[in-house]
Amino acid sequence: MLKRSYFSSTYLPYLLILPQTLVILTFFYWPATQALFQSFLLSDPFGVKTQFVWLDNFTRLFSNQLYWKSIGITFFFSFSTALLSIATGLLVAAMANRALHAKAIIRTLLVWPYAIAPAISGIVWLFLFHPSFGVIAFSVMRWFGIHWNPVLDGADALFLVIIASAWKQISYNFVFFIAGLQSIPKSLIEAAAIDGASPLRRFRVITLPLLSPTLFFLMVMNVVYAFFETFGIIHTVTQGGPGGATMTMVYKVYKDGFVGLDLGSSAAQSVVLMIVIVVLTALQFKYVEKKVQYTG
Amino acid sequence: MVEKTPWLDLLTYTLLILGIAIVGFPIFYTFVAATLPLEEVARIPMPLIPGDQLLVNLKTAWIKGNLATQMWNSFIMAAGITVGKISVSMLAAYAIVYFDFRFRKIAFVSVFCTLMLPVEVRILPTYEVTANVFGPIQRILEAFQVDTLIRFFTGNRFKISIELSLLDSYTGLILPLVASATATFLFRQFFLTIPEELCEAAKIDGASPMKFFTKILLPLSKTNIAALIVIDFVYGWNQYLWPLLITTNPKMMTAVIGLKRLIPQMDDLPTWNVALAGALIVMMPPVMVVLFMQRWFVKGLVDAEK
Repeated sequence: MLKRSYFSSTYLPYLLILPQTLVILTFFYWPATQALFQSFLLSDPFGVKTQFVWLDNFTRLFSNQLYWKSIGITFFFSFSTALLSIATGLLVAAMANRALHAKAIIRTLLVWPYAIAPAISGIVWLFLFHPSFGVIAFSVMRWFGIHWNPVLDGADALFLVIIASAWKQISYNFVFFIAGLQSIPKSLIEAAAIDGASPLRRFRVITLPLLSPTLFFLMVMNVVYAFFETFGIIHTVTQGGPGGATMTMVYKVYKDGFVGLDLGSSAAQSVVLMIVIVVLTALQFKYVEKKVQYTG
Repeated sequence: MVEKTPWLDLLTYTLLILGIAIVGFPIFYTFVAATLPLEEVARIPMPLIPGDQLLVNLKTAWIKGNLATQMWNSFIMAAGITVGKISVSMLAAYAIVYFDFRFRKIAFVSVFCTLMLPVEVRILPTYEVTANVFGPIQRILEAFQVDTLIRFFTGNRFKISIELSLLDSYTGLILPLVASATATFLFRQFFLTIPEELCEAAKIDGASPMKFFTKILLPLSKTNIAALIVIDFVYGWNQYLWPLLITTNPKMMTAVIGLKRLIPQMDDLPTWNVALAGALIVMMPPVMVVLFMQRWFVKGLVDAEK
């Protein structure tokens, strides 16, 4: 959209937009096209010889059991992380919205973990679940008799990174749920209360449906977060192990491309991830349309 | 609330305290661990009462992790990204909203599409570009056979070769993360809500476009800028993958990455007290920013992402 009253200048707008354009061309579009291009090439690790192999990299990728395993892990990891942290965020936000005392302090206490880096969240939880020193590992052992060892057991390791990722994201969800809850008109809740609806029923029948756009938006954002931003957690906590049990798709791109130097396969994996994120972004924008209808 | 519900109120506060405990416990535990001497932190279970070794551990972490250098690097990176993102996207949004030029739509759409290209999906090629920023130009010159063309005209042997590596440099840490679709949207959205009369009045008074920008738009955008400062500073400070890729020189390492070297491995002494003291130091700057600018932070988060 353009303003009704605008300036006319032959060179100024180009000058203003130049820095942004240079950065996105060099560091976004060029690398992205390179990834596309390289995904059709096969080259040796030193980049001396390359040959055009059409879709070979993709067929090789999708006939690889390990890649399918990685896809499965990524989806399980992302949805578990998203569900866990959205559910916790919603519960806490609904309660904080009801609270009348100490509102500001409650909010501050719930908001500040947003500032903690995923990698640091990883380190902290690694300690809490440490098989020999971690207090949680110790309690689990003592109360339930379960030997907890994320270093050796794949399921334990996956559980650990899910917890660390979900914990870090609670504050983010909390902020959006509070904003969403506050935009619900009080009169609706009051009318329902006069009609004799219990608090739980009011929450289920009025609050939750009106929050559904926020809920959907957060679902997408949390899945994006779990897909792409949890790299730091996995790199500090498990490095994709044990036995590839926490090898998410993004970590695999890094590992195959940067450590394993399999350029073609890494590029093909990048292309797959691009497709994933295009779908997620499209979903998110569907939500935006919906939201416009709600707020009128 | 609407009616009196003493039981529900009790439940509300109980759940709230529980929630705060879940959110805060890991950090509280980290803090306690950072105050204990080695023998205590290795005891099972670790005591929950803070000890008196906090300063000692902080100091050990500071020296052992070389945090002085790394914190400085992180600060430069976070500040650079913040300033860069805000200025670059504000100028771009200004051009898109207040000027009519041929590539306006394309410019907007191309910024929009970068949302779909986070650094994680283009790890290797972005690394290659950063290793030689003129790589793209070089490749284009090669594609058009510029060398041969010049040789044809001048008769000399001619080879164009330009190279500039941004690896292990502040520019390399900052520049690729400076473009931001969300910040551009935020400013665009905000500029669209500014009354038309302001621009008309400025034009009647004979103000140049840049004067209008600095004297009117910039002061009006103050709260938006404050909100973005919080979001982008936290974003920049907490970057992991990008600095991991492009820094090999320990002098250029950022704090969040450097922390990993403090984690005791299986056969080491379990110096978790030092590792967690380091974690406390490194998380401090962004936590402070969020705490002191909480109002703008909440606004920034909600506005920027929608």
